[in-house]
Amino acid sequence: MSRELTEAVIDLREADALQITDELLESGADPLTIVAACKEAMDVIGQRFADGEAFIPELVMAGEIMQAISGKVKPHLASQPAEAKLGTVVLCTVKGDIHDIGKDIVASMLGIAGFDVVDLGVDVAIPAVVQKVRDLHPQILGLSGLLTIVFDSMKATVAAVGEAGVREQVKIMVGGAPVNEDVCAYVGADGWGKDAVAAVQLAKTWVGGA
Amino acid sequence: MFTDDWNDLTPDQRLAARLDAWQNAPIEFASPEVKQAYVDRVQLWRDAIALKKPAHVPITPWIGLFPMRYSGFTGRDGYYDYDKLAQAWDKYHADFQPDSLAMTLAMVPGKVFEILDYKMYDWPGHGTEEDTSYQYNEREWMKDDEYDLLINDPSNYWQRYYVPRMFGALEPWSMLSPFTDLCEIPFTAPFFVPFALPPVKQMLQKMMDAGDAAMEWLQAFIAIDGKQMATLGIPSQAGSSTKAPYDILGDTMRGTRGLMLDKFRRPEKMKAAMERLVPLAISWALRSADATRHPVVFIPIHKGADGFMSNEDYRTLYWPTFKAVLLGLIEEGLVPLVFAEGGYNERLEVIADPDIPKGRMIWMFDETDMARAKKIVGARQCIGGNVPGSLLAMGEPAQVDAYVKDLLAKVAGDGGFLLGTGIVLDDAKPENFRAFIDAGRKYGADA
Repeated sequence: MSRELTEAVIDLREADALQITDELLESGADPLTIVAACKEAMDVIGQRFADGEAFIPELVMAGEIMQAISGKVKPHLASQPAEAKLGTVVLCTVKGDIHDIGKDIVASMLGIAGFDVVDLGVDVAIPAVVQKVRDLHPQILGLSGLLTIVFDSMKATVAAVGEAGVREQVKIMVGGAPVNEDVCAYVGADGWGKDAVAAVQLAKTWVGGA
Repeated sequence: MFTDDWNDLTPDQRLAARLDAWQNAPIEFASPEVKQAYVDRVQLWRDAIALKKPAHVPITPWIGLFPMRYSGFTGRDGYYDYDKLAQAWDKYHADFQPDSLAMTLAMVPGKVFEILDYKMYDWPGHGTEEDTSYQYNEREWMKDDEYDLLINDPSNYWQRYYVPRMFGALEPWSMLSPFTDLCEIPFTAPFFVPFALPPVKQMLQKMMDAGDAAMEWLQAFIAIDGKQMATLGIPSQAGSSTKAPYDILGDTMRGTRGLMLDKFRRPEKMKAAMERLVPLAISWALRSADATRHPVVFIPIHKGADGFMSNEDYRTLYWPTFKAVLLGLIEEGLVPLVFAEGGYNERLEVIADPDIPKGRMIWMFDETDMARAKKIVGARQCIGGNVPGSLLAMGEPAQVDAYVKDLLAKVAGDGGFLLGTGIVLDDAKPENFRAFIDAGRKYGADA
């Protein structure tokens, strides 16, 4: 039945996926098999996205189904040992920019991939970013922006992390529609990605998970 | 109606009438030479639209805050201080002399939005930094269970549900009845009763105050644009705007995320709503175009870009109602100018639709492969754009020069091309913008 769940999520049949989850939980199935079935489905959807066969709406819908399933499964997971995380990612849209869709998809995909994601939101003041890096010691800091006007804001955020003396402890990735290799170099980040799948691949490479 | 015999004219005759009105606009030019410069510049557009080779490649960048920053002002100055706006616009146009005006419409009036308590956007100094542009607050301004209200009566939906959420000052509009209740005498007086309520009276006062502020902005705007036209002979880029039905829903009603989910959860309602919006989108542009007597309709498009949906969804969900809007505008002799932000590489075969008559619209691209765009879309319609905002913001003049040279060599040789920016430009190094203009003149003279 967990196979059926995987297929329902891959096909984005929301009602079916939720019904199968309910049935599995009622029949006393191990909640971790439900989590595993979902992860398998998300790997397929992520691969389809990377291959140009699935697109942002499919990622958003899959994320929505995953969230609903997660809500159902969570109460049953309380007694289970916590799953080991690949690492911590602090993520935000930089000061001066309030666009959140790209960042939210990246956050959701990183979470599904096994990262602990701390999303600081949009238009985040530079000191707040630095403080979080200091407090949480994340392996990765992700900076998002849609406006070309905030390249300088990204650059200042990276510089402030350096001035705080924690630059060596964290890898910084940048993303957003106008971001490319030149922007990455300009702002002083360690890497960039064109989309959420690229962000996950880069993050896994950095923590030695891929 | 644009002319007395409008209903008897063919779409070709209507197009010619509108282009003539634009080229022969009743402007009091500073000199016969300036008048000739204006006529010549409009002719560049006419030739490019008709897929002919213009006297030189028209240089038509899309301009946002750049003139403000270039003149040492902030974005907020542009939204609140019309003297500074005028100074910046004077300096930009005098220094660069492009073949079309900067988009004054992008310099929106902060005072109007403050009076109305506009919630849908932030703007410089009011939610965003003083030196950025306005930014949209992404959320579901239309709820997922409101499709039937929209489909059954769009005007009523806008007035009583959507607009009261958009503006804090217009919340009391939800207390009013639909205007369609007004017909026979016994039913008339009850309609007016809510107008006695204090919140409704306060709302009407705020609407009048916003009207005064909007009029002040319009007069400033007309004076600024009028001066550039009269003294430099530079025509404006467009006289009206509209949007693709999918974008009307996806941009500021259901939101990007909401509409993506609707595709899976309520596809039939979504399609019905888009079809309902087609005549409204045509009428919106037509009314403005008849008033401004300018044929070009600015249509920024967003949510159908590469990656935002599959090509199959683009073909079946996005394109049919957008195509209906384009055909409706072309029927009226208007020239849709579609500003395709992001990548449009996957859509080129769809938008080169043979049902759209040849030489009747303009596609401005951003991150699209221009050689392919020229081959596929450029065979039927004028194309343009593509010079990257990131290059102008961060590159060097030599890189800008090389980019423009290569672009013009690839796509401008046989005409039907407008040199422009891929995005509405807020941010550029002045020396890079100078290199863009100079390269356009140098390589576009006999491209």
